[in-house]
Amino acid sequence: MSDIILETRGLTKRYGGVHALEDANFTLRRGEHIAVVGDNGAGKSTFVRQITAVEQRTAGEVFFDGQAVNFAGPLEARESGIETVFQNLALADDLDVPSNLYLGREIIKFNLGPFSILDRKAMRVATQKALDTTAVRIPNLSNPIRNMSGGQRQCVAIARAAAFASKLIIMDEPTAALGVQETGQVENIIRGLKARGVPLILISHNLRQVFDLVDRIVVFRRGRIVASLRREETDGNDIVSYITGVKGGEGARA
Amino acid sequence: MAEAARPTPVSDERVKQMSGMRRALIRPELGGIVGTIAVFAFFLIFAADSGMFNIQGVLNWSIVSAQFMIIAVGACLLMIAGEFDLSVGSMIGFAGMSIAILTVTLGWPVWLAILLTFVLCIAIGALNGYIVVRTGLPSFIVTLAFLFILRGFTIFLPQLIERKTIIGGVSDAAAGDPVAWLFGGKILNGLFVWLGDAGVIAVFERGNNKGQPVVDGIPLLIVWAVALVIFGHILLTRTRFGNWIFASGGDAQAARYVGVPVNRVKILMFMFSAFCATVFATCQVMEFGSAGADRGLLKEFEAIIAVVIGGALLTGGYGSVIGAALGALIFGVVQQGLFFAGVESSLFRVFLGVILLGAVVLNTYIRRLITGER
Repeated sequence: MSDIILETRGLTKRYGGVHALEDANFTLRRGEHIAVVGDNGAGKSTFVRQITAVEQRTAGEVFFDGQAVNFAGPLEARESGIETVFQNLALADDLDVPSNLYLGREIIKFNLGPFSILDRKAMRVATQKALDTTAVRIPNLSNPIRNMSGGQRQCVAIARAAAFASKLIIMDEPTAALGVQETGQVENIIRGLKARGVPLILISHNLRQVFDLVDRIVVFRRGRIVASLRREETDGNDIVSYITGVKGGEGARA
Repeated sequence: MAEAARPTPVSDERVKQMSGMRRALIRPELGGIVGTIAVFAFFLIFAADSGMFNIQGVLNWSIVSAQFMIIAVGACLLMIAGEFDLSVGSMIGFAGMSIAILTVTLGWPVWLAILLTFVLCIAIGALNGYIVVRTGLPSFIVTLAFLFILRGFTIFLPQLIERKTIIGGVSDAAAGDPVAWLFGGKILNGLFVWLGDAGVIAVFERGNNKGQPVVDGIPLLIVWAVALVIFGHILLTRTRFGNWIFASGGDAQAARYVGVPVNRVKILMFMFSAFCATVFATCQVMEFGSAGADRGLLKEFEAIIAVVIGGALLTGGYGSVIGAALGALIFGVVQQGLFFAGVESSLFRVFLGVILLGAVVLNTYIRRLITGER
């Protein structure tokens, strides 16, 4: 079994004339935590959307767990073990916490296709357990998500990913909207994933956080990967110069 | 490695336990429940001795309410999924005309005509949905187009074929047809005969039906309405698909990200809405024995009003089938109650507008007052 969990070769996405992502070559090893950094519009989120099959790539190949994959949609990606926390959270506002945690893979009592009866109690119990292991505190699980604070919503989204993550977890700016305490909580969840050996791709603008949490930092600039550096061999200034384009021309390989 | 803190779930001092009363009050059905009580109280006071609440009276407004319920269930699920269907009224006219032309003009057996009409109308519903999800246009516009297209055909086709706009004679063709009975028949005849013999309900004093009870059964229209409400309620609140309906209407993008087949959910709901409209039309044709080009006029709005009185949000993602059914009940009771109370029947629409406004304001206001939501 290969040491590499995820690899992309020549991954490219164009929206009409806009080249959002060009020839991205990227590898992630088992158990490794990688940060993806770069300016707004550098192609970070686009990169994630190609891997998770929210969008279909224009060109290139993706290898996951040793196999070339071509997911038809996000559900397939999830079923093969990739969990994602999206920038806009992907929570349904009017559903409660358990329904959101299990949206798209509900626990059911009997299988009647679409008319399968939900097992709300089981989902509730499992949700409480998932939240407990991630130390996320939600006072009332049966409240619709709409009534919750930004931090709580974020924690639900992250708890969902952490609870189901089996092979790879991707977080797109998970702490962007959070206060100090919630940010700490999310970082604890990430450390817990590291301890469990679950590989992670973390998109973040927060360099302090990046240096605290990950093994390797990949820099995107103008749709291309311009650097891939181990945490020990770089520092904040170095990363910033890659992000702004002072360092690193075309064609750097991850 | 920092050990993740694992507090046992403690109660947050900022979270108060809500009382059962308050919980009950923030349900979407609130406006519908209050409205239903208000309407019944009103007519119990002003029309109690008019015959509105004897067995014939109850059956009378039950039938009208059941008609509204049938289309309200479809509109409700569709609205929670985030879309509208303005073509419901025209679909009713179109479906009725389709059955009449197939049976009377072309001489097909009624069951085949009904079956083909269902297939045709559900396909049109699917087309509605397909255009909406493929183009991303608001369903308001797409189904408004079908409102005119279907109504146009409903007027044009009978004129072309029969040179008239009302086609009668379906009753004769439908006699003895089991599928026609499914929409136009009655059940529990024996029970009502027994009740009549026992003196619990009135019997005819003279004429051909002397000795027969004044109400000889429950029309299957009402059975359809109750069955659809129960089906819709269970689908919405107890099943995986129900969760998907809420998610598709609440935040379609979020739902897509986690793998909910949003487009499929929406198209299926358009088809269900068309199905409900066709059930309505079939029952109506079986009852009247004819189809008219103007049948179903304004029904799309009446369905939407019932749904909104029932607490659903026009923006999708929130609502209740039980609420919509109560909205439909309010509708039926008011429409027939004004007749029983001897009020000029054209005032029906005035009352309806007032109730709509009242129920919606109540829904929104109390929800805000109690929970601070929205």
